[in-house]
Amino acid sequence: MKQEEVNFALNDQFNQSMIPGRFARAMRTCKIWQFIRFMILNIKMIIVVRKSH
Amino acid sequence: MARLVVLGGGVAGHTTATFAAKWLGKEHEVVVVTPNAKWNWIPSNIWVGVGEMSKEEVTFDLAPVYEKAGITFKQAKAVSINPEGKEGADKPFVTIEYTGQGKAGESEEVTYDYIVNATGPKLNFGATPGLGEGSQIGENTVSVCTADHAVHANQELRKIFEKAAKGEKQKILVGTGHGMCTCQGAAFEYIFNIEHEARKAGVRDNLEIKWISNESFLGDFGMGGLHMKVGGYVVSSRIFTESLFAERGVEYITGAHVSKVEKGKVDYELLDGSTGEEPFDFAMLIPPFAGVGLKAYNKAGEDITDTVFAPNGFMKVDADYTPKPYEEWKASDWPRKYQNPTYSNMFAAGIAFAPPHIISKPMKSANGTPINPTPPRTGMPSGIIGKAVAHSVCDLIQNGANAHLHEASMAEMGAACVASAGKGWMDGQAAAMTVYPVVPDYEKYPGTGRDTDYTFGEIGLAGHWIKHILHYLFIYKAKLKPGWTLIPE
Repeated sequence: MKQEEVNFALNDQFNQSMIPGRFARAMRTCKIWQFIRFMILNIKMIIVVRKSH
Repeated sequence: MARLVVLGGGVAGHTTATFAAKWLGKEHEVVVVTPNAKWNWIPSNIWVGVGEMSKEEVTFDLAPVYEKAGITFKQAKAVSINPEGKEGADKPFVTIEYTGQGKAGESEEVTYDYIVNATGPKLNFGATPGLGEGSQIGENTVSVCTADHAVHANQELRKIFEKAAKGEKQKILVGTGHGMCTCQGAAFEYIFNIEHEARKAGVRDNLEIKWISNESFLGDFGMGGLHMKVGGYVVSSRIFTESLFAERGVEYITGAHVSKVEKGKVDYELLDGSTGEEPFDFAMLIPPFAGVGLKAYNKAGEDITDTVFAPNGFMKVDADYTPKPYEEWKASDWPRKYQNPTYSNMFAAGIAFAPPHIISKPMKSANGTPINPTPPRTGMPSGIIGKAVAHSVCDLIQNGANAHLHEASMAEMGAACVASAGKGWMDGQAAAMTVYPVVPDYEKYPGTGRDTDYTFGEIGLAGHWIKHILHYLFIYKAKLKPGWTLIPE
């Protein structure tokens, strides 16, 4: 069974949720992609901070 | 020379006092009254609670920082405020009781021209039988609300991990300890740090980890939930959060009022009126918050606490406190200037101000027990409000009573929430969320109440790096190191 499918069987709460697959999990720890996301997140957060002051 | 007294040295109080001292210079005096000798970057208490940081890494001594800033520091707790002075003296004053500086137990009357109440909350453990007495935590559960609590939490967690490593099945319960709690985000971050540490220690298979919360649905976070942009979709925080719980195998109970705590067991009531019990070997339950219990007296010495403070002990400010149904709540109910309506030289910042109502949809159990999160006012909103109040007080002192007051409504302010699991630069992951505005404004944003261009969330290393950077950046700023004013709240 694929890793992302294991928890679906545990209970109804989990069965009705979405669980990330291998690709989504890999992107969360892919350093190049996460560096890009880091830059984007920082820019968006700075905009939120500026709009809040 | 005018004197500003700031009650409290947390995020809001520290921000108010340090900016006011910088802007007012030596011509005026800023006094900080706080019972704690140390400043604590509370978000990182989570890492202390799982043993990834020491108490010393999340705290520092306030005295040298205030000495450098020219702020008078009184390590004391405020007991009462006399905004009209007393018989024979017109000057308003606050009565304080020292907790340190070699004067513990001594009382003093500190006069003021302006006062900012930024005391933060009383951790009201006593609201739930068995959770604690008054503001003192009991022996049945642990907490991460203070650095000392977090140190203790880690000690107890290690015992659980040791038992799990020997093959004993252990049950961990994390969440809220009452139906009217706030700060679900802290508990949320703690439970996933425990889960992460358990995997790292190789004991996850012997741990049952469960969430219990007063939120009516996962992802409410005291803000009525939020709709965020994730992967090209606009989705409810419920879907986002349920996915994370399912992925990590963390079961959950929502809409729960913890009514009683005993050794190894909690009793709870659900929104449908049913009751249940949940056993545990280790439980971290956030207590409800209340005002710190400040009293207020008029010139004749009569008790006017009800005039200055709301029934929950938080200070009344320029909010619309008219009771009205949920359908009629508006963004404009929320305060903008944080000025007390009765005494114009009195302000409140951070958790200490009384919100007009909650943000989440109000809920009661079938038995009439209120079960809904109270509004979060910590972190970024606290800092922004503290700075706006400092601006207002400085303008009042320097330009006179007609000076323009600065505004910082939570209905026009965003907040960043980064819940990080793990501590390593490369092996952790965080759920990074930004919400704008904190209080939904359905007139401005009719769909979700919020701007979905700036309300977003994602999980990954990037948010984890941001969490690390925020830790070092805000401690640097709080220590007033060179360039501290350039770092936003």
